[in-house]
Amino acid sequence: MHIVVCVKQVPGTTKVQINPETNTLIRDGVEAIINPFDENALEAALVLKDTIGAKVTVICMGPPQAESALRETMARGADDVVLLCDRAFAGSDTWATSYALAQGVRALDKVDLVFCGKQAIDGDTAQVGPGVAEFLGWPVITYARKIEIKDQVVRVERVFEDGYEVIEAHLPAVLTTVKEMNVPRMASLKGRMRAKKAAIKLLDAAAAKADVNEIGLKGSPTRVVKIFTPPRKTSGVKVDGSEPLVAARELVAHLRNQKVI
Amino acid sequence: MAEMEYGLSETQKEIREMVREFALERVLPVRAELDEKEEFPTELLKELGRMDLMGLYIPAEYDGMGAESMLDFVIAIEELSRICIGVSVSFAANALGADPILIGGSDAQKKKYLPPLAKGEKWAAFALTEPNAGSDAGGIQTQAVKKGDKYILNGTKQWITNGGEADTYTVLAVTDKKRGARGVSCFIVEKGMPGFKFGKKEKKLGIRASATRELIFEDCEVPTENLLAKEGMGFILAMKTFDVSRPGIAAQGVGLAQGALDEACNYARQRVQFGKPVIANQGLQWMLAEMATQVEAARALTYGVCRTIDSGAKDVSKLSAMCKLYATDVAMDVTTKAVQVFGGYGFMREYPVEKMMRDAKILQIYEGTNQIQRDVIGLSLVKEYAATKK
Repeated sequence: MHIVVCVKQVPGTTKVQINPETNTLIRDGVEAIINPFDENALEAALVLKDTIGAKVTVICMGPPQAESALRETMARGADDVVLLCDRAFAGSDTWATSYALAQGVRALDKVDLVFCGKQAIDGDTAQVGPGVAEFLGWPVITYARKIEIKDQVVRVERVFEDGYEVIEAHLPAVLTTVKEMNVPRMASLKGRMRAKKAAIKLLDAAAAKADVNEIGLKGSPTRVVKIFTPPRKTSGVKVDGSEPLVAARELVAHLRNQKVI
Repeated sequence: MAEMEYGLSETQKEIREMVREFALERVLPVRAELDEKEEFPTELLKELGRMDLMGLYIPAEYDGMGAESMLDFVIAIEELSRICIGVSVSFAANALGADPILIGGSDAQKKKYLPPLAKGEKWAAFALTEPNAGSDAGGIQTQAVKKGDKYILNGTKQWITNGGEADTYTVLAVTDKKRGARGVSCFIVEKGMPGFKFGKKEKKLGIRASATRELIFEDCEVPTENLLAKEGMGFILAMKTFDVSRPGIAAQGVGLAQGALDEACNYARQRVQFGKPVIANQGLQWMLAEMATQVEAARALTYGVCRTIDSGAKDVSKLSAMCKLYATDVAMDVTTKAVQVFGGYGFMREYPVEKMMRDAKILQIYEGTNQIQRDVIGLSLVKEYAATKK
């Protein structure tokens, strides 16, 4: 079984600064980490490797600095790592990123399962996992917290705020993982020493057979017009509902006051 | 600001970084709870095993990391101890239990017992202490009588670190009463061997995460092939074990003292009294300055002794006693001062330094009290100068 894990390198702080002119994150001087949900995705893949046996390849689209994230995944037990790196990828939105990653997956030996974190903590879109599945033409199950694989079928507990559903999909498939799925392991000493020396496979746009019109800014239908911190909401008015008639009158009075009705 | 250059290898730097991360991410969030509930850190030890750290002191041919480096292991203990020595002693006691096998075991014994320890699948413990025999190992009363292809063990061991949690025990028992210390032998006893039971778990002043139990042997049958070295070699094996285990206790002292210094400095910067942070007072700065100097001196001595052992030097009893003595006295002193820096808050269990001070005390007691360390050093001096004056 060949499992691919998609990871993203994100700023390791909650106090991100935004460049007001370009509307992009200021990444200089900010420590970069592996997107935490992707760590759960990697752990899920490594658990499968430990239990049913699998080859785990980690793929990351990003600048050359993203190599450090890939080495970390290798230290934890990934067999192979691939960096999708090309100037042509720069500025990709979730659509172009999904396409590029799907092309990256296609460039690898036959893949049975792709894991992504449920979303990245910088963009928070949760679109890339499903996007990759769409470009590959594979089924996707998002928010997986428990998985089981039997006879080329994956059975997943897909979690919501108030419960979960059990869904099956035939392999190959794409899964996105939630935090409660597992506790990511720490790298072993042997793993760290191996990862230090390992060669990182580079895949540029040409090698990934990516259409240059579909990637980067050119391939991105999304334009970020403005990014801002929303003003804090003031707390609303609570109407005591113990006396329905009184409450209804009070509510209507409020709505009239606000000229809603 | 420059840090002391100890000439650490790439591997040693890697070990420091990974154990520091582990201690901060995994140990720090649970240390107060482990202490409060007196709970053994089972999951933490399992993870340390998966990280290859249980095999740091075991040669590669027995599935260890093959470093055969005292310093590698000591760095790992130091970094764990910076956050919690209750956890670090549970980790380090594996080496104490395994050392007699490493030092005196046959190839067959090593092949059988070391690989599961190196991989962290099993844990080890060393059993010397008895109600009437601690520093005076000659007072051991647990007996081993040879009967056919078995030794029959009878007696009780007490205060055994990792007792009940470990699978592999190296146990000292008397095989020849008339010969005193020279009549003591060392056996490998496995959990589950007939007649081997565990007694009560002790309640302690500090290192409450560690398990300290009684081992009870009632006609316990141990195969003769589990005798380490030869009959009568037990005491010598124990002494050689202490030669290489005492730097580990010194490392606990260095790490613990460093942890207390970290807490004290951070607190002194934040705490405002009389309109300024208390660290702005010279009286407090001098205290911190002394603490920092003690910690670095203890580290330098400990690393130096490790390097000496790693160079293959024989007869290191004096040196390993010196680093154990000094670093653990420093730990007691620095943790006590840290509580003082915190003032009333330091006395409260809500803050970490009272635990550090409670924990520190055991370092001056176990693996030979610091009085015994002075004895070892003193005796070495007597021998050394008697030899040179001729």
